[in-house]
Amino acid sequence: MNVRYVKDYFAWLYYQYTIISCCAVLEPWERSMFNTILLTIVGMVVYTAYVFIPIHIRLAWEFFSEIFGDQSTSSVSN
Amino acid sequence: MRPEPGGCCCRRPALPNGCVANGELRNGYVRSSPAAAAAASAAASSQIHHVTQNGGLYKRPFNEAFEETPMLVAVLTYVGYGVLTLFGYLRDFLRHWRIEKCHHATEREEQKDFVSLYQDFENFYTRNLYMRIRDNWNRPICSVPGAKVDIMERHSHDYNWSFKYTGNIIKDVINMGSYNYLGFAKNTGTCKEAAAKVLEEYGAGVCSSRQEIGNLDKHEELEKLVARFLGVEAAMAYGMGFATNSMNIPAIVGKGCLILSDELNHASLVLGARLSGATIRIFKHNNMQSLEKLLKDAIVYGQPRTRRPWKKILILVEGIYSMEGSIVRLPEVIALKKKYKSYLYLDEAHSIGALGPTGRGVVEYFGLNPEDVDVMMGTFTKSFGAAGGYIGGRKELIDYLRTHSHSAVYATSLSPPVVEQIITSMKCIMGEDGTNLGKECVQQLAENTRYFRRRLKEMGFIIYGNEDSPVVPLMLYMPAKIGAFGREMLKRNIGVVVVGFPATPITESRARFCLSAAHTKEILDTALKEINEVGDLLQLKYSRHRLVPLLDRPFDETTYEETED
Repeated sequence: MNVRYVKDYFAWLYYQYTIISCCAVLEPWERSMFNTILLTIVGMVVYTAYVFIPIHIRLAWEFFSEIFGDQSTSSVSN
Repeated sequence: MRPEPGGCCCRRPALPNGCVANGELRNGYVRSSPAAAAAASAAASSQIHHVTQNGGLYKRPFNEAFEETPMLVAVLTYVGYGVLTLFGYLRDFLRHWRIEKCHHATEREEQKDFVSLYQDFENFYTRNLYMRIRDNWNRPICSVPGAKVDIMERHSHDYNWSFKYTGNIIKDVINMGSYNYLGFAKNTGTCKEAAAKVLEEYGAGVCSSRQEIGNLDKHEELEKLVARFLGVEAAMAYGMGFATNSMNIPAIVGKGCLILSDELNHASLVLGARLSGATIRIFKHNNMQSLEKLLKDAIVYGQPRTRRPWKKILILVEGIYSMEGSIVRLPEVIALKKKYKSYLYLDEAHSIGALGPTGRGVVEYFGLNPEDVDVMMGTFTKSFGAAGGYIGGRKELIDYLRTHSHSAVYATSLSPPVVEQIITSMKCIMGEDGTNLGKECVQQLAENTRYFRRRLKEMGFIIYGNEDSPVVPLMLYMPAKIGAFGREMLKRNIGVVVVGFPATPITESRARFCLSAAHTKEILDTALKEINEVGDLLQLKYSRHRLVPLLDRPFDETTYEETED
């Protein structure tokens, strides 16, 4: 029962996606081409985010902690 | 409301539970307690709908609204058009390099080096966007276009480049697309019998123009009746409504005259204005400040180089604009016309028979004098179930047009059975056939209009136009939804007309419903139920009840777009 509702919901969601991005009026081969290109781009974005965002966050954290860290050490030395 | 001595200037009705109705209004949402919501919404509905009271010119509230497009919807519409344009370029490339078969019109081989004929945007749009959803238009019907109609089923194997009929007929499709405002499009009843009798007597063809030997006594009878119906001195009837506009405007204005035409005027008015050779200036749609500015400039500055006064200034407006569903602000136009001494040409194609307590059109709707409108034009196609157009006005004008209009001199006159249909239906509307049928039809149409519009607005769709106009545009915006809406509605046995570019701006595509007195409440309820379903399926309920206020302030260059914030 639940599986059917979930399947219907995803079918409806896919239908909304095809309507909004105009895949609904494209021919099947155009539709697969568009979907392939879109999934490739989204896949590349996700991969780039997965590889680079932790490194960027770590660098930003080190940069800011260095500033505040320096302040505390300088005040102590005074 | 006059201020009472020593009191506040407007008394607000207080409800039993202590809340004040017509309470604070911000961003179009009425703030009141849920208990008083019903009464408050009834009382405040006039507030939400931006009633304009313009110093007593209007005897009734003028409720017109054009809700602004939501930002996300506009962005997604552009995204959709972007995707379709990219694929259009791809397909054009494939067709050019012969990878794909070319179904559309192209130049011949020998002419490939000439200036290309099919590279402009209109042709690109037709090949790549219109063709994909072409099955929503030109649907062949095979019965009388009354409240229900039979449609011939067809399908296409090569993505709408060609169609084949399956042989099935889709029966009893609810007809929400025909301009059948008073329900006279039927093949039974007094109109049909009278037309059949006249067909037996006169035949179908006239074989001549009005000026030669095609002037039947039926035409004279029709013209007297039309003049009586409109309340003007004389009238003249033509065979085609489009030709009435395009051939008569050149007869009444020429070079040295000025035409002030509304932004959204019909193609026939635009064509007539261009053919006349007069100077044309456009004012913003239904915007009286824009019109007044143009009139002032015309009087003050005169003709462009010589500064001579204009020979004539003609204002071209329509009674109901069929793509927007808006009604012209006729009292203000007439007041401006009298102040600046210009002439008014009113095209009542959609409003004759559909507005006004007895169906006499937009002049009666506002309670004005028909003699104030210099040229009253209309068509018999919409409310009378026939074909053709008419022009009504003073006797001198009509006598002049009889000899100087191209349509009168060259066009074949109206066919006799069609004339009889017009005469019978017009007498029925006026009540002269002894029954109450005409009055009932007019009232039924007004009820249907109010009911349908109210229900659609409650469901949450964006509906353009005036509360009293029987033309109801429902906004769709996204290009794929145009095709999807038309097809889904036909699957549910309802025939609608969807409109896109070039009849509307490219991002504002819509579905246009035309209500009819022939629609009963059950038919409308069925249609509304299906529209609700399709609206949920396609996510069409965009309305956030944020309406753009009508422009009541003095006009200046910055006051075009307004939002309530």
